[in-house]
Amino acid sequence: MLGRYALAFSMAMAASVVLPPVAKAQDSLYVPLLTYRTGAFAGSGIPIADGMHDYLEMLNQRDGGIGGAKIVYEECETGYTAQKGVECYEATKGKGALMYNPWSTGITLQLIPKAGVDKIPVLSMAYGLTAAADGKTFPWVFNPPMTYWDGASVAMKYIAAKSGGLDKLKGKKIGFIYLDAPYGKEPIPLLEMLAKESGFTLTKYPVPGDKMQDQSSQWLNIQSDGPDWMIMWGWGAMNPTAVKEAVKVGYPMDKFIGVWWSGSDDDARAGGAGAKGYLTLNFHGTGAAFPAIADIKKHVVDKGLSTLKDPARLGENNYNKGVYNSMLIAEAIRFAQKKTGKKAVDGADVRAGLESLDIDAARIKEMGLEGFMTPVKVTCDDHSGSNAVYVQQWDGAKWVKVSDWMEPMKDKVRPLLVADAAEYAKKNAPWPVRTEPCGGR
Amino acid sequence: MDLLAAIFVDPFVRMGTNPTFLIQVIWEGFVSGVLYALVALGFVLIFKASGVFNFAQGIMVVFAALALVGLHEAGVPAWPALAAAIGIMLILAIGIERVVLRPLVNQPDIILLMATIGLTRFLVGLGEMVFGGEPKVMITEALGIPTGILRLPLFEKNLILKEIDITAAVVAILMVTFLGVFFARTKIGRALRAVADDHQAALSVGISLNRIWVIVWFAAGIVALVTGIMWGARSQVSFDLEVIALKALPVLILGGFTSVPGAIVGGLMIGIGEKVGEIYWGRLLGGGIESWLAYLIALAFLLFRPQGLFGEKIIERV
Repeated sequence: MLGRYALAFSMAMAASVVLPPVAKAQDSLYVPLLTYRTGAFAGSGIPIADGMHDYLEMLNQRDGGIGGAKIVYEECETGYTAQKGVECYEATKGKGALMYNPWSTGITLQLIPKAGVDKIPVLSMAYGLTAAADGKTFPWVFNPPMTYWDGASVAMKYIAAKSGGLDKLKGKKIGFIYLDAPYGKEPIPLLEMLAKESGFTLTKYPVPGDKMQDQSSQWLNIQSDGPDWMIMWGWGAMNPTAVKEAVKVGYPMDKFIGVWWSGSDDDARAGGAGAKGYLTLNFHGTGAAFPAIADIKKHVVDKGLSTLKDPARLGENNYNKGVYNSMLIAEAIRFAQKKTGKKAVDGADVRAGLESLDIDAARIKEMGLEGFMTPVKVTCDDHSGSNAVYVQQWDGAKWVKVSDWMEPMKDKVRPLLVADAAEYAKKNAPWPVRTEPCGGR
Repeated sequence: MDLLAAIFVDPFVRMGTNPTFLIQVIWEGFVSGVLYALVALGFVLIFKASGVFNFAQGIMVVFAALALVGLHEAGVPAWPALAAAIGIMLILAIGIERVVLRPLVNQPDIILLMATIGLTRFLVGLGEMVFGGEPKVMITEALGIPTGILRLPLFEKNLILKEIDITAAVVAILMVTFLGVFFARTKIGRALRAVADDHQAALSVGISLNRIWVIVWFAAGIVALVTGIMWGARSQVSFDLEVIALKALPVLILGGFTSVPGAIVGGLMIGIGEKVGEIYWGRLLGGGIESWLAYLIALAFLLFRPQGLFGEKIIERV
C-alpha cells in the first residue's frame, strides 16, 4: 500500500523546482530573479525572464559585472503564484540578496511588509501597489518608471487628445476590461476619479481568472454597450483572447488601448490581420536596433549563453521589458557603489542607490539605450518618478510608436496616491514610521 | 422597487427589444456549452470505466494540443502531425495503464484519484520540458478548419458567427454520436459498463481490464485533443488551458458522472445559463458572475435530482 502512495507522490514531485547552490565570491553582487517560466502565465513570463537574464549576463561578459564586481544571479520559479514567490524570497534572502523583483502584483503585496524588516528593497517596475510610490510611507519599495495610475492617466490623455481635448470627454463612454485580480483592479480608483471630474461614463468588464480564454460575455456586453473607447488591463492568456474577441465583434482596434502588460507581440499576433490598429502604452523601445541590445547579441546570444530559445525574438516587447528591469537593477547597484565607495554593496546600500537613481540622457546614451527610454529620476518622496509613457500601435507585424512621450497627470495621481498610502498604513497599523535618512542607509 | 424592476422587468425588456442580441447570447452560450461538454466527456469516459475522477483531464487537453502544435512547429505537416498526436495519446494511454493503473487494480478510489493528481504534475513537467512554456498558436488554418467571421442580417441587425465555433459544434455533435453508439452498441461498450460496475466481477467473466482501460484512456485522449484544438483556436495553446477542467465540474454535477448525454445536456444548460445570467443579470452583482453562477445552477439542480440529470440513482440497502 505504501508503495502505491509513494508512486503517486513521486509523480507529483517530478515537476517541482529545486534551486541549485550558488557560489558567491567576496566581491560579487547577488541578485535573485523571481521569474516564471512555467504555469498559466509562462507565455508572458518567459520573454521577460530571458531579457532580465541576458542583460545581466551581458554586463558580466562585457564589463566583468558592475563596478568591478561580478553579478551572481539565479532564477527562482514562482509560477506567478504568491505562495511560491514568498517561498523563493525566504529561500534566497539569506544569501545576501540585494533586491527583489517580484514580477507579480500579488507577490509584491506579500513582500512589501517584509522588505523593511529584512532590509532588502523591492523593485516592482511599473507594477505592484501604486501607493508604494510614496517614499515616506514605503522607504523600501520602488516602482519606477511609473505607476498604474500614471499609465491610466496617460491612456485618458491620449483618448482626450484624439477626441479634441479633455473637455470633449464629457458624455463619452469608456469601457475598462480587466483581469479580476489585484493587478487588474489597481487603476480603478484613478479612472473613477477622472470619470467624475471629466463627466465620462466608466463601464467595467471584469474577466475572472478562469474565464481568460472565454470572454464572449464581456465582449457581448461591450458590443451591446458600444463604448467609444476601450482600455484593457490584461495579462497572460487574457490579452490574445481579448484581441481576438474585439476583432470578432468588430470593435474598432484603433480605439482599443491596453496597458504596457497587454502589448506583447504574441498578444497582437493572435488577432491576425484584424488586430491591425490595436494600441498599447509603453515606456521603452521595441526591436533590437539599440547598441545595448546589439551587445547582448554579441556577448550573450552569439556565445550561446542566452536563455532565448529563438534568437529571432531578441528585442520583442516583453523581452525588452526584462532588459529594462535589469538595467534598473544594475543602475541602482551602480549608484549604491558610487555612494558608498564599496564594490560589494548590501541591501541597505542598494535601497539608498534606488532612492538616488537619476538616469539622465547622457547616461542613457552611455548605456547604449538612446531612443529606448527617457530619463528616470527617483526621489526620496517619489519612488516611482511618474515618468513619461508613449502609445504604440500594431501594424500587423510589429509595434510602431504613434504618439510622443506623454507625461502622466501628476497633479491628479500624486494626491490620490499619498492618500492611498496613508490608508494602507492605517489598515496595517502599526505601520513603521520611516527612520531611514533620505538616500542613505 | 428599482431593484425588482432590474431583476424581473428590465432584462426581459432588453431581450424583447433586441432579439438579435438575445440570439447572439444564446449562440455564444451554446458554443461555450458544447466546449464544456467536450471537457466533461473526457471525465465521463474514464469515470465510467474505472470509477475514478481523472484529475489529469485538463492537462491531457494541454498535452494533446501542444503535441500537435509542437510537431507542426518542428516541420511535420498538419495532418501527419495530427495523426502523430493521436499516436502520442495512444502511447500515453498504454503508459498510464501499465505504470499507473495496473498496479492499482481493485484499490480504493482515493488511491486512483491521487495517482491522477500525480499524473497531472508529471505531465505538466514533461510538457514544459519537451514543448517549453511559451504559448503557441493553434494550427487551425493548416488543418483546414475555417476561421472566418460570418455576419448574418437578422431583425435589421447582424448576428456574428465565427466559423470555428460552427465547426466546434459540428465536430462535438459527431464525436458524441460516435462515442454514444460505440459504447452502447458494441461489445467493448458492454465490457466497459461491466468494468465500471465491478472490476473483479468483470475479470471473472473474462473481460480484459487492461485492454478496456487502454481503450478508454485513448478515447479520452482523443476527446482531449479535439478539445485542445477547439479551445486553443479560441485563445492560444498554453498551460493555462488546464483550468478549463474546472469548467467541467458544474457540468458533471448537473449531468451526472456516468452519462454521455448528461455531459452534453449539462454542458449546454450551463453554457447557455451562465451567458444569459451574466449578460442580463450580471451587472446587478458587479459583473464577472459566470464562474460561480455555473456552480449555483448545478447546485440548485441537485436539490431536486441529487444524482444529476442522467446519473444513475444509487440505492444502497442498510
